[in-house]
Amino acid sequence: MLSLVKGIWTVFKHSIRKRETVLYPEEKPSLHPRWRGRIILSRDPDGEERCVACYLCAAACPADCIALQATQDEHGRRYPEFFRINFSRCIFCGFCEEACPTYAIQLTNDFEMGEYHRHNFVYEKEHLLINGSGKHPEYNFYRVSGVSVGAKDSGEGENEEPPVDIHSLMP
Amino acid sequence: MARIYIDNVQYEVPEGQNILSACLSLGFDIPYFCWHPALRSVGSCRMCAVKQFRDENDARGHIVMSCMTPADDGTRISIDDNDVREFRAGVIEWLMINHPHDCPVCDEGGECHLQDMTVMSGHVYRRYRFKKRTYLNQNLGPFINHEMNRCIQCYRCVRFYRDYAGGRDFNVFGINNRIYFGRCNDGTLENEFSGNLVEVCPTGVFTDKTLRKHYARKWDMQTAPSICPHCGLGCNIIVGERYGSLRRILNKYNHDVNGYFLCDRGRFGYEFVDGPSRIRQPLSRHDGDRSDGSLKAVEKKEALDLFKGISMDSARTLGIGSPRATLEANFSLRQLVGAENFCCGMSEHEERLVSSIIDILRNGPTYSPSLRDVEMCDAVLILGEDVTNVAPRMALSLRQSVREKPMEIADSLRIPRWADASVRQAVQDEKGPLFIVSPMGSGLDDIAARTLHIAPDDIARLGFQVAHEIDPDSPPVLDLPDELGRFAAHISAALKSSRRPLIVSGTSCGTLSVIQAAANIAWSLSRTERIAALSYTLPECNTLGLRLIGGLSMTDCFQKVLSGEVDSLIILENDLYRRAEALLVKGVLAKCKHVIVIDHILNRTGKESDLILPAGTFAETTGTLVSSEGRCQRQFSVMPPAGQTQESRIWISDVMAALGKDSAVNYSTIENIASEIAREFPVFKDLTEVSPPVNFRVFGQKIPRQAHRYSGRTAMPANVTVHEPKPPDDPESPLSFSMEGYSGIPPASVTPRFWAPSWNSCQAVNKFQKEIAGVSTGGDSGKRLIEPLTTENGVYFSELPEAFNFDNTKWVVIQSFHIFGSEELSSLGDSVSQRIPNPYIGLNGDDAASLGKDNGCMAQLIIGNVSLKLPVRIIPTLCSGLIALPVGIPGLEGVNLPAMGKIMED
Ligand code: SF4
Ligand code: SF4
Ligand code: SF4
Ligand code: SF4
Ligand code: FES
Repeated sequence: MLSLVKGIWTVFKHSIRKRETVLYPEEKPSLHPRWRGRIILSRDPDGEERCVACYLCAAACPADCIALQATQDEHGRRYPEFFRINFSRCIFCGFCEEACPTYAIQLTNDFEMGEYHRHNFVYEKEHLLINGSGKHPEYNFYRVSGVSVGAKDSGEGENEEPPVDIHSLMP
Repeated sequence: MARIYIDNVQYEVPEGQNILSACLSLGFDIPYFCWHPALRSVGSCRMCAVKQFRDENDARGHIVMSCMTPADDGTRISIDDNDVREFRAGVIEWLMINHPHDCPVCDEGGECHLQDMTVMSGHVYRRYRFKKRTYLNQNLGPFINHEMNRCIQCYRCVRFYRDYAGGRDFNVFGINNRIYFGRCNDGTLENEFSGNLVEVCPTGVFTDKTLRKHYARKWDMQTAPSICPHCGLGCNIIVGERYGSLRRILNKYNHDVNGYFLCDRGRFGYEFVDGPSRIRQPLSRHDGDRSDGSLKAVEKKEALDLFKGISMDSARTLGIGSPRATLEANFSLRQLVGAENFCCGMSEHEERLVSSIIDILRNGPTYSPSLRDVEMCDAVLILGEDVTNVAPRMALSLRQSVREKPMEIADSLRIPRWADASVRQAVQDEKGPLFIVSPMGSGLDDIAARTLHIAPDDIARLGFQVAHEIDPDSPPVLDLPDELGRFAAHISAALKSSRRPLIVSGTSCGTLSVIQAAANIAWSLSRTERIAALSYTLPECNTLGLRLIGGLSMTDCFQKVLSGEVDSLIILENDLYRRAEALLVKGVLAKCKHVIVIDHILNRTGKESDLILPAGTFAETTGTLVSSEGRCQRQFSVMPPAGQTQESRIWISDVMAALGKDSAVNYSTIENIASEIAREFPVFKDLTEVSPPVNFRVFGQKIPRQAHRYSGRTAMPANVTVHEPKPPDDPESPLSFSMEGYSGIPPASVTPRFWAPSWNSCQAVNKFQKEIAGVSTGGDSGKRLIEPLTTENGVYFSELPEAFNFDNTKWVVIQSFHIFGSEELSSLGDSVSQRIPNPYIGLNGDDAASLGKDNGCMAQLIIGNVSLKLPVRIIPTLCSGLIALPVGIPGLEGVNLPAMGKIMED
């Protein structure tokens, strides 16, 4: 009996509380910066594609909705030949972003992805690649890795000695 | 058996091992780098440390390198002890100090032994904050990519390249912490086994350059067990596919055949599968005019309908099989056209040689050795073969066999055989007896005790004399020059004093008497209470199998066509222009009303046919091949044939259906064909047991071709359709085209990849062996068809050829083989084609001088109707009076050798 009265009291209290519901889309919700919405591919501070086509995001994806193919330019810099995300399968878990060693793939605040046809959810690289670095604006993978990629030769990266002289007999 | 204690638990292990391999065999994980099951121990990386205790009362123990410590009876060790764990974590930390931040762009990533061992040893956080050492890389040619920054100085690469494979153009340079592994200068790695560096190097220093062109990670590749189609040895391979194209070939460990290594032709020769000459659509010529070479693409149904228009009067239709097609495809064709109209697709000459080899192996007392047996032979005689270029992987085994006899030195000093550095110190340059008698130098000359370069007929005569020296009952050669006589005596003495002698010969000389001489020697040895091995190399992957099925020879077949007895010709995966003179083939094709070709590449024969049915390559075909050892092995398709292509045998069964040929047997399933073959040919009675049956399941599950981490399943086809198609069925094998299924260790012949928890690299193979470097956990793979008749002695051949006599006008033109170029399919690939030599006329220096020719001069050679104008190449080792012509390389197909030739005066 008492619990019944308590229940009714709670309901009554709620009817006079401030509403949580907002009148979307007239009123936009405020999202946290780490909200996991539509996925993008970012560029490094030099304006080059950040993605090095390592396939780690694809491997981490529990919905298996990322497919890509690696290739390299004439300097040996590796990048994705194609990069496809099937957003109709994506569960926005953010595992790809976590797996990405170059900060290339990032989830954004955009959740407004309504479509009438499923095939419109298939995003290719040209739909994914943005013109900025997104989060982690400073990071440039090819500056810290050891491979030479045109812009930088072996031994010219951050924290690298110049290439050793193998003919030297000095101890 | 030795009793050893690991962390206080007692285990029994076979005697004579080191602790590392004993522990790995027992299933323990000990990290290691420099030790390799085939290269054995040198103890240089310090990664495999364990703690050893003197006895049960010793509580302190001392740290030892498990790869350098024998697992003797009573050995007590700890793998888990805290001190030793810390020690290993320290070792990996300093090995990683200079390691670049490369994994995401490193082709080794995901199958990197260094990654695995780093994780296994618990090094997860980088403390080193200073600058890293860097190196400049080299361009090592079309096969291997070089990225020296990733090196951890384990020395495996040099030990493989120089010590194991005998390469000279690769070494370790520099001192101190500037150690460098590479060549003196940029340039192509010359050794025929350089591709193994990809698997031997535990890091990403050496990676597969052909894979780099279309890179995919190990976990993303759909893989299947297969058999290398590029020579007669039948090495086992793992084929990897992604997005419908073939990505790479890896070694598939088979204890008896290729062990841990492949040759470069086998590893990099796959590119023809997606190359420009591939046919993907049926092609037909509607108007019957063959001259303009315009073939039009048609649909499969249309193509099959065309057959209805073609009179298939069985008496007037011939089928030409192929030594590079599977047993099943060949047999299906034979059933389609009838046994009396089936041609085995080899020239008459080759057919005769192969038949005699089969007779010798079947009716004689000597066995044909597996490559593993070859490694254990302690005296070898090679008669007329350039093994390195004909059957490359065998050359690597022969390199190990010359180490067999000197092992006695190490044994007498009681150095365990696995202690590689000490054994090499003790043995120095000592080598077991290997004699090479051949028309010209070969890739193994550097390890031969003696070589002799003489004409094929003289090779045979020398061989007959060797046999006579061993057993006086075998026919002598009476008029042998003294020098050859002494050499024969020398060889026979060496063979007689060995425990396991081996004779290697084959079809390269193209001389029956050489093959017979080899048999005489082996038979004479087996009468001296020795197990003599006799190995014949064969040029193509199914030469032996096809000959066991038999059929008309090409010459008979051409005869029939030219005499007008034939209307239609069905040619299975065979380029006739490689088998016979172009003029003859042209005539034959023109004479037939209908020429139908079933093949996967568009070659000259195809271009002159009326209808081409696109077949699957080895990557899309499930079928059986018989190696030159006589081992029957099954290859499995790695992907379903795309679009209009289908396996040859399926085309044939479709044609049967289209023609309304009803037979009691349904030829569309591999099991039916196999049991028909077994029924018809007693030698194939075990054919159905070569691999597990089609309905084989483990716990009701198929074996998945895709790894459990296979990615992109819902995105790969999404650009075409977002509704993921169901994975294709594979009704013809216990393997599935999916990632679902049994993930444990399947039978060896259907093992699609080597992976085990914590072991992502190819070294996971340890977990697939009963003991390290031993037989596979999943049992044997393949079945030997031909076993020696131990009761028979073998009737000696007694037809001696005449001695070679050169009269300065009539030259004998012999075949010279090239690992890259002499084989049809691999030559079509982009990377291998960069290694193919230009056509040449090979002459000995003196002969060239007598003709007034120098290196590079043009010369005109006339062989029968064929006239060749080519540059001269001086081959100093070539026997005088012979001309060497490269086999099969573009421009020189279809010249049947040996033959008499004439050099035209300018
Ligand atoms: S993980 Fe990052 S770098 Fe690697 S493929 Fe994905 S987006 Fe590219
Ligand atoms: S060698 Fe292994 S650890 Fe080193 S960068 Fe390559 S994948 Fe990473
Ligand atoms: S290149 Fe590879 S195999 Fe050679 S020493 Fe370095 S890590 Fe070892
Ligand atoms: S030796 Fe022959 S079968 Fe083995 S990998 Fe080389 S080409 Fe293939
Ligand atoms: S594996 Fe034992 S020291 Fe290298």
